[in-house]
Amino acid sequence: MEEELIISGRMNPKVDPMLHIWGWEIPFYLFVGGLAAGVLFFASFCYLQGKEHNYPAAIKIAPLFTPGLLVLGLMALFWDLNHKVYFWRLYTNIRLESPMSWGAWTLLVVTPLSVLWSFTYAREVFPKIDWKKQWIYQLERFFIQHRRTMAWIMVFYSVILGIYTGILLSAFNARPLWNTSILGPLFLASGLSAGAALIIWLSKNEIERRFFSRIDIVIIGAEIFFIIHMFMGFLASTEVQQEAAALFLGGPYTLPFWIFVVFIGMIIPALLELLELRGQRIPVYIPVVLILFGNVMLRFIIVYAGQASRYLY
Amino acid sequence: MRYAMAIDTKKCVGCSDCVIACQLENQVPVGYCREWIVESVSGTYPHLALEFRSERCHHCAKPPCVRCCPTGASHVEEGGVVLVEPGQCIGCGACIASCPYDARYPHPEGYVDKCTFCIHRVREGKQPACVSVCPTHCLYFGDLDDPNSEVSRKVAERKHKRLKTEAGTDPQLYFLT
Repeated sequence: MEEELIISGRMNPKVDPMLHIWGWEIPFYLFVGGLAAGVLFFASFCYLQGKEHNYPAAIKIAPLFTPGLLVLGLMALFWDLNHKVYFWRLYTNIRLESPMSWGAWTLLVVTPLSVLWSFTYAREVFPKIDWKKQWIYQLERFFIQHRRTMAWIMVFYSVILGIYTGILLSAFNARPLWNTSILGPLFLASGLSAGAALIIWLSKNEIERRFFSRIDIVIIGAEIFFIIHMFMGFLASTEVQQEAAALFLGGPYTLPFWIFVVFIGMIIPALLELLELRGQRIPVYIPVVLILFGNVMLRFIIVYAGQASRYLY
Repeated sequence: MRYAMAIDTKKCVGCSDCVIACQLENQVPVGYCREWIVESVSGTYPHLALEFRSERCHHCAKPPCVRCCPTGASHVEEGGVVLVEPGQCIGCGACIASCPYDARYPHPEGYVDKCTFCIHRVREGKQPACVSVCPTHCLYFGDLDDPNSEVSRKVAERKHKRLKTEAGTDPQLYFLT
């Protein structure tokens, strides 16, 4: 039976004819949030492993970017709000059922933590810095003494930050493309891969670069597995999920997704990293830029395509 | 108490009176709407069936918009009516993305707006605006927990369907077929 629908009297902005409530701000935030989560995870994890001297880019240099990344992400989120003056309402409630709520609280922990972590390493990375005031030096000493505590909190919260970006979308059962629990692990893996890529870019240490290249290859392998697994799940599910998958399997998002995200953003950089580990000389920025590009595209495509996927009438 | 609405698709002619009444009663801004008419044509020519549906928020018993709201602005009031408190709404759009019926919209003032079942009228003992103006009397509103209410009787007597129940929302609009 064929059914044709005419919906009259409804053309609500940002909702009709197809949902487009979220523009560039949300995927941009998901990207910078995921990248910051990846960097902070490696920084705290390697610190707890006692590798402070082996992996300086991961523990000391890359985290210096995270306060800026998180603030940019927060600004994008704020910009996206339609009722901006009420943003503080996020912090008058803790709603465990709403991933956006506990995400907001997670950001409230992670952002200051990233600032403090960077603060404790700032003078080590830039020896010319002079805090001028004695109390700032005292503060610095205090936080340096408590790095281990900070690392334990950060290793935990960076994973929450990384995974929540995916869970945020998967909680929307009205949008079948998002409504898959694999999105949490996929976005976490993608954020870790971006974090590893940034560390590789900043590292001047051959051992550190090789270590993170190896990690990155494993994570990209996991990402490809998650993507295949996601589509297997969709295709074995109900009609709405099959239609969501069809957006990527012959539908309008087929080429952008498989070429920009999977091929250029995952397979090519993984092969380049593999070649480099085998001794070929590959400019370090090429795989790094490709991974970051693939990361951005993954977020944009999933956020946009998810809004195009819907329940059947 | 469980407020619900039954819509008689055999009587609805798709005149949009309910839509206009809602916009006037609730001062819905121009270009926006809290309710709408769906014309559904099914079958293959010449064996076609036409159905009109007056649709609005389904005031789900398991509302995903309330679950996804980060501030508690979207909440359930007496009789299961799903409402938004503008002073708590940050306009993040989570509830809009979570609604399988696309029944919500961002109000130009920033907060998210939707059908309230005209709870302000119901509290005064009146019917919702859409119900009160319907020229074919195809809309029935009332308490589903009361077996003698008109909506209970219609739902009990007539064949009916609910929309997108597979989304797990337990919607409270009953379309009499």
